[in-house]
Formats: sequence, C-alpha cells, structure tokens
Amino acid sequence: MTQATTPPAAAPAATGAPQTAIRLRGLQKHFGDVAAVDGVDLDIADGEFFSMLGPSGSGKTTVLRLIAGFESASAGTVELGGVDVTKAAPFERDVHTVFQDYALFPHMSVLDNVAYGLRVRGMAKKQRRERAQQALDTVRLGHLGSRRPTQLSGGQRQRVALARAIVLEPRVLLLDEPLGALDLKLREQMQVELKQLQRELGITFVFVTHDQEEALTLSDRIAVFDAGRIQQLGTPQEIYEQPSSAYVAGFVGTTNLLDAETSQRLLGVAAEHALRPERLRLTPANDTESADAGEVRIPAVVVETIYLGTGNRVHLRTEDGLELVALEQSTGSLDDSGHRGEQVTVRFARADVVALTPAP
Amino acid sequence: MTLSTTAKRLLAAVTFGVLALIYLPLLVVVANSVNSNESMTWPPDHLTFEWWQRAWHSAGARDALLTSLEVGAVATGIALVLGTLLAMALQRYSFFGKNTVNLLVILPIALPGVVTGIALNNGFRGILGIDLTLWTIVIAHATFCIVTVFNNVQARLRRMGTSLEEASADLGAGVFTTFRLVTLPQLRSALLAGGMLAFALSFDEIIVTTFTAGDGATTLPIWILNNMFRPNQAPVVNVVAVVLIVFSIIPVWLAQRLSSDVDAVR
Repeated sequence: MTQATTPPAAAPAATGAPQTAIRLRGLQKHFGDVAAVDGVDLDIADGEFFSMLGPSGSGKTTVLRLIAGFESASAGTVELGGVDVTKAAPFERDVHTVFQDYALFPHMSVLDNVAYGLRVRGMAKKQRRERAQQALDTVRLGHLGSRRPTQLSGGQRQRVALARAIVLEPRVLLLDEPLGALDLKLREQMQVELKQLQRELGITFVFVTHDQEEALTLSDRIAVFDAGRIQQLGTPQEIYEQPSSAYVAGFVGTTNLLDAETSQRLLGVAAEHALRPERLRLTPANDTESADAGEVRIPAVVVETIYLGTGNRVHLRTEDGLELVALEQSTGSLDDSGHRGEQVTVRFARADVVALTPAP
Repeated sequence: MTLSTTAKRLLAAVTFGVLALIYLPLLVVVANSVNSNESMTWPPDHLTFEWWQRAWHSAGARDALLTSLEVGAVATGIALVLGTLLAMALQRYSFFGKNTVNLLVILPIALPGVVTGIALNNGFRGILGIDLTLWTIVIAHATFCIVTVFNNVQARLRRMGTSLEEASADLGAGVFTTFRLVTLPQLRSALLAGGMLAFALSFDEIIVTTFTAGDGATTLPIWILNNMFRPNQAPVVNVVAVVLIVFSIIPVWLAQRLSSDVDAVR
C-alpha cells in the first residue's frame, strides 16, 4: 500500500493546529470471506473537505458506513474527535449522513423531516420548527416546508437531506454519493453549493464519490480507494499530477501508460511511467522546430480524432505500435489539426512524465 | 405476444366458465336468502325478507356471529403484535436458525387444518391439561392469522429497505423511537391489510375450530354446519351464509386495495 505522507491540509477556520475530526486505525470489515475494507489508516482534520474516491466495490462506502456506525468493524478502531466510538451505535455518534437515496421520511412534511433530529432530542415543537425553518432557508427551500418529500424534485430532496443533517450542527457530515442521482447541470450547481456550504459552516465533510472530476473539484484532500485499501492519499493536485500507481493514474483522469520497455526506449529508464494527454503536443511531421534538451519527440500517425467542444481528443499510434492519447485545446478554428491518417510529431517534456511505483 | 382469435375466444370461454363455477353457487345462496319458498325451489317466485328477520331474531345465529367477531378480533390482535415482531426480527436482525424460524412461522398456513386441529386439541387437553374454551379457539386461529400479518409486514419491510431506519438512527433516534416514528407509520397499510386478511381467515374457519371449540363456543361457520340439515332452519342458514360472505369478502377486497404487495397477501 502506498500512501503519500502529506500532512492534513489546514482547516479553513484553523485556530492553531487543526484538530483531528476522524481517526481510523487498522480498520477492517469482512462480509463473509470478502474483505470490503482491508486495513485503512486515515486522519481527517477538522473542517476539511475530504473525498473518498473509487469505483463501486472499492470499500469507500463501507468506510463511510463504519464511521456512521451502520456497520461494525471486524478489526481496527474509529475515533471521532479523539473519542473511540468503534462500538457505539449510530445514534450515539456526533456525525450525520446525507444518503445516496436521500432517505427522507415520506410520511412527514419537509419541515418535520428537517426537525426530526431535534424532535428525538426532545426539543419543544415551536423551537425546533424555528430551527428547521432556518436550516431550510440556508438551503434556499424555506418556502417548501409544508410539502411532502414526494412532491419535490431530486435537487430539492437533496437539499432537504442536507438541511436535515446540518440543523443538528454536527462536527462531521458524511455524504454518500449525494449527487449521483442528479443530472449533469444540477450536479455542477450542487457542487458549488456544497462547497460554499462547507466553507460557511466550517464542518468536516467526508464525501464519497466514484466521479473523479467531482472529487478533484471539491476536495481539500482525496483518498483513492481500490480493493478495500487506500491506494493514494493527497491533495487533488498531487493525485492528478503525481499519481503513485498505474491504478490511480488510470482511475483519476485519462492517462497514457508507458510500460517499462517503452520507457527504456523513450526515456532511458526501465520503469513504468504515466503521461497526461494534455501534456502531449502535436506538430506536423515535417516541421523543423528544434527540440530542446528536455523534450521527447516521436513520429506518429493519427488514428482517430474526437471533437469534445472544448478541444479534440486525438488517438495516435507510433511506428512501433505504441498507442497514445493527446488532448488539444480548441483553437476556435473550424478546421483543427489532426485528421485521420495524418503523420504528426508527438512532443512532450521529460519533466511531465511521472514515474509510477510498481504494483505490489 | 399475440394470440389467434380462436385461442382468445377459447381462453375467454374457459375463464368465464371457471369464474361462473365459482361464483354462481354463491349467487344462488344470496338469492335463496330472499326466496319466499321455504323449500327453495328455483327460480324464486317472490322476494321476502322474512328469513333475514328470522335470522336476526335467532338467538343461536346472533350468538354465533358475536362469538365469531370476538374470536376474529382477538386472534387478529394477537397476530398483529406477534406477526410484526416476528417480521422485524427476521428482516432486520440476523441470528442463528433464522431461516428455520421463518419456515416454522409460515408452515401453519400450509398445514392441513385437520392436522393443526388434532394437534392443538391434543396439546390443549392432553399435554397442557386445559379445557377447551373460546380462548383455545382464539389461540388456534392466531397460529395461522400470524402468517398473513407476518407476510404483509415482511414484504413491506423488505421493500422499504433499511435506509429510512438508518437515517433515523443517524439523526439520533434510539431503536424504539425509530420504530414508533418511522417504521410503524410506514407499516400502517401493511398492518391493516394483513389484519383484515387475518380476520377474514378466522371468521370463516371451521376445521381447526371444530377441534378446539369448548362447549357453548359456537362460531358462525359451526352454527351453519349444525343447522344446515334442519329443514326449518335452512332459509336462515342461507342468510347467515350471506353474512359470512360479506364479512369475508370485504376485508379481503379492502386488503387488496390497501396493499400493493399483492404477491404477499397470504
């Protein structure tokens, strides 16, 4: 297991050293013979926007459910704010969850849904309704309190679920793929709102997602999960620019993987390397532009060009059969470069190639 | 899939024939309850409500009706509590022997009534040494009434999933608060459906009742059986049969409408 030794990012509202909101040590969860979580150590700082990124079945949701208390750990410990809660029931933990399916109570009005947590804490009706109304105002749904959850759109339900959790002023908010069910436009809008909300409230957000772009956009730090383990832990920049393994490089964004043999030929180093498509530059095959010392040049032929709106994704094949993908920014011209079958020169800087640690 | 015209007509005829076979005799019973001819000649020549009046004033029939209502209500009550608890246990918790318990709970509805009847009769009198009373009928009925409640509640719990209950716990509610504020309201229509089916089952049960009824505990079906072949009671029996039909059909019909778990009505 490879983990970057990055210290937790400073909390936005840091007063002195950031406290640890969540501490996981040697956490394991087995379902029968399957290890869903296979030894996770993690510290999440107070006020951090932390994402757990991975494909389905990678263990990220199980880690979230272990923090919330819906699953009991097979081994290891969960600490919240310095207190060991490994054996505590969900209702004894000061964390609240925004569920993937929102889990709003269908037999209650929106306002009663939001007031639920206050109600079970024994707060008087008038007072809890006021607080719930405030929370609904925060998510800009103040006018819909008397509706039933079924009468709301997906985005509105999402916000009710958020209001229901934040009205209790938890230290930690757990979000289980909260935007998964929304369409693209709404998802992008909710991403901005989530980020703003998190900044305003100063609550620790633990965000589970399989969407690498979402994780990169929102997070202070990301843990990339695979097979029940953290494959890499770091800031979005670190994860994207310096993926530690072929797995991370392939899961987060598109990447060109250069195997040891190819790397030996192109770079003179016999180890696996990753190269982001946007780092490749294409010039005509017969160009006379001189190469500086740090640049690698390879002749290639264009296999396919895919128009993306913001640019072109160009699939290339070199003379010795290496397949590469390049991303070209749109120039605004209606006739961009890279026609199928065209001979080109692929150029990239040595500094842009990232060495990967070999798979264990 | 499209069917040929001949096949469609054939199917329609068979369907109609089977339905007629089931429901025509019922209609005859209803018609005979207002047939003025005491020997029930067909077709009836005059309408009369004399039999209804006689049935109303028949102390035996009225007592039997009350007994049946009482047995049905208490057995349903027991079934609602125990069936719900069982369904919660089997759907929400895991424990040793869970599948066996599941099977054992459902079994009474599949067992032949005569077997259940004899077994309970032996159990009550031989093993426990208690006399048969109204309450032995209630307990006997509860054994199969539990199944309908259990099935309805279990199907609802399964469809509901655990996320609402998890959300409730997550927001700070303990186990009982969650059950009261979240689970129970979600189960309401399933309980109503299961309860009404249970009541209908109990109301027209005769075999198990025969073996578990004490002296003087006569339910409506037993009263019918006892009076059916007495010529002067025959018209009244028809009336009582109609009452039985109504009390059995309405709950089942309501239960069907209430519960979309049509697959799990029994």
